[in-house]
Amino acid sequence: MFRFVGDPIENMLGQERTDADIDRLREQLGLNDPFIMQYWNFLSDALRGDMGISFRQGRPVVEILVERLPATLELAFVSAIIAIVVGVILGVYTAIRSKGFVTNLILTLSLIGVSLPTFLIGILLIYLFAVELNWLPSFGRGDVVQIGWWSTGLLTSSGLKAIILPAITLGLYQMTLIMRLVRSEMLEVMSADYIRFARARGLPERTINFRHALKNTLVPVITITGLQLGSIIAFAIITETVFQWPGVGLLFIDSVQFVDIPVMASYLMFISVMFVLINLIVDIVYVLIDPRLRIQGAA
Amino acid sequence: MKTRAIISTLAVALAMSTSAVAETLNWARAGDSLTMDPHAQNEGPTHALASQVYEPLIQRDMAGKQVPALATEWSTDPNDPNVWKFKLREGVVFHDGAEFDSEDVVFSFQRAMSPDSDMKELLSSVKEVRADGKFGFEIVTDGPNPIMPANLNDIYIMDKGWTEKNNAVKVQDFEGGEDTFSAKNTNGTGPYVITSRVPDSKTVLEAFGNYWGKGQFPLEVTKINYTPIKNAATRVAALLSGEVDFIQDVPVQDLGRVGEDEKLKVITAPQNRVIFFGLNQGDADLKNDNVEGKNPFADVRVRRAMNMAINRDAIKKIVMRGQSIPAGVAMPPFVNGWTKELDQIPPGGAEAGKKLMAEAGYGDGFTVTLQCPNDRYINDEAICQAAVAMLGQIGITVNLDAKPKAQHFPEIGNLTTDFYMLGWGVPTYDSEYIFNFLMHTKGEKRGSWNGTRYSNADLDAKIVSLASETDLAKRDATIAEIWKQVQEDVLYLPIHHQVLNWGMANKVDTTVSPDDRARFKYFKLK
Repeated sequence: MFRFVGDPIENMLGQERTDADIDRLREQLGLNDPFIMQYWNFLSDALRGDMGISFRQGRPVVEILVERLPATLELAFVSAIIAIVVGVILGVYTAIRSKGFVTNLILTLSLIGVSLPTFLIGILLIYLFAVELNWLPSFGRGDVVQIGWWSTGLLTSSGLKAIILPAITLGLYQMTLIMRLVRSEMLEVMSADYIRFARARGLPERTINFRHALKNTLVPVITITGLQLGSIIAFAIITETVFQWPGVGLLFIDSVQFVDIPVMASYLMFISVMFVLINLIVDIVYVLIDPRLRIQGAA
Repeated sequence: MKTRAIISTLAVALAMSTSAVAETLNWARAGDSLTMDPHAQNEGPTHALASQVYEPLIQRDMAGKQVPALATEWSTDPNDPNVWKFKLREGVVFHDGAEFDSEDVVFSFQRAMSPDSDMKELLSSVKEVRADGKFGFEIVTDGPNPIMPANLNDIYIMDKGWTEKNNAVKVQDFEGGEDTFSAKNTNGTGPYVITSRVPDSKTVLEAFGNYWGKGQFPLEVTKINYTPIKNAATRVAALLSGEVDFIQDVPVQDLGRVGEDEKLKVITAPQNRVIFFGLNQGDADLKNDNVEGKNPFADVRVRRAMNMAINRDAIKKIVMRGQSIPAGVAMPPFVNGWTKELDQIPPGGAEAGKKLMAEAGYGDGFTVTLQCPNDRYINDEAICQAAVAMLGQIGITVNLDAKPKAQHFPEIGNLTTDFYMLGWGVPTYDSEYIFNFLMHTKGEKRGSWNGTRYSNADLDAKIVSLASETDLAKRDATIAEIWKQVQEDVLYLPIHHQVLNWGMANKVDTTVSPDDRARFKYFKLK
């Protein structure tokens, strides 16, 4: 990867640099070492928790990541919550009233949500709510409150206002995905035998819909949602760039342009570790909520 | 009904919050400062923020003219042309209250000349710096250097005591593995104090109460909120919605939208940066062409034909939407040595160019690759695309290779490109700077950005002589001679001078400085 991203030296030295300066810095950064050596140095430092110094900011990478992480995580969780709550509600609604004008409208709109690229949705929302209506801020995170090392924007009014547009932008795709998933699963469950028996027993619609149908629908939904949470964090890059959201995604884009190799490598490491962790958690939760797996495991 | 009530209270609250703080200026631009250490990075946005907090001995005003800052007078020693003498300003204090004197200046210059400093190249001719009493300072150069003061505008002065106390004598470097105190903290003599800063997010500056320049500068802006906004559309949206009052880089496609808004205005002025193409004219054969055993660029007729074929007006009109000044010389118009005659667009056009090509024996044309950045200059890739079509008219088939700056610029430095785009700004406002980097034979001390492989011993000697020529009239004559030769040899194909577009709320009153630096102490508010 390091070979293809370009040369950080040009960005680190000013226009007046001499060839001697370039050689000196290259030597200092270890860029002249063979590829294997560089990789080994990176690995051994990383194992000791030392991710290096950012070429762009001259600060330890770990410190920068820790500073930026809360913004991304808050954004990801808020948008995940929006996506899950709205997605499940709309999914259940469109499944129960599977025909009708409102259902068709929701389904059509959800197609737009799936097919429009994130940056375009972001720009459209900014244009509408920030420029034309002047209700919400177009960029940034608002005022933040520091709680230990964690900075949160969820406790101030400007912070809450600032998170609305990016959270919707980031969560829209997941929301439509969850909605369609809940709908199709639920339609399938509704035609299952035990639902028909429940109906035959004369149980109220409410109980059938929510106690029996929805519960059985949620098993695959949780799997998908869990995996999607990882991609929400990973793909916050575009949303963060559009809204100048000071999270790790924006940091990554800046780093790619500057060829800030230590930050890029650490970010990618972090994202992969996070994906593995989330998959593990989803697998564990899956066993907890689906009794069939436990019985099989015991047998 | 209820929602409407909520909306209107919200709107009122928003309106009140903006009108209550009239002297605050919300400022946004594409990039953030990289470090607060004033000697660690020689880069535009970094200096732009540093210059609000730290000050040099001599600064430039909004028109680019040199004016006194921490030095009030300067001249060469009448007895020794190798010595520049500076009289320092008295009664200046740093933000922490410490007094400013010659000790701080000597210390800061030594720091700026240390190996880890990014500013040391500007001081490469300095042999020694020394104090001359409490408010006198001397620079000893290794030969007479008539334009020394022009190199000092970004050499910022730190407090010796503060820096030593906080263990920050060494300039921040990238390989040390430790934090430098001065990379995050500041203590300058400048008009503004940084009160809070989150890199890449938000920086707040407030006016310094004990600033020496009170009464001499407008200083009407008392608080600055600085936010980098990377995405151009978002930046413009923030200006349109009134969240920011001033953005430094309005994209050319949005100029109309901003200009139409009755609350906003766009101010346009030429920038100190010229865009041009470089040609490998020195090598015997080109790597990136289809002519075997010969270098078509070595023939001056081919270079002349190419120079004619590039239709600068069309580039201005279509690619730049009117936002450029077509150029005939690779030198911004502010620079000492610039004349109208030099900047004349080469006459001819594609037809004449075609004839010249035939004369040179390339009537059937040839194929060559053009290397171009795609994230450095305004519409850089689009300019190259336009040039590809224009050169096609004289039979040159150009393959375009556009890539990010981090991959493009090393090609020029490593001499792996034969035909490339480059832009050049001149912080010293003097031709010598251009000659040293772009015209002199590539070597140890000079010519580091000369990717043309051009080498002319006679020209090199003239360039070197500029550094120590104290007779300014004679020096200007030599500069004119060099330019004449450079133009004759068509060393570069100039395209245009970039134009700056600053977008701002109507209440902001300022001119645009050619180096794209907002000097807020000069800003007025209506």
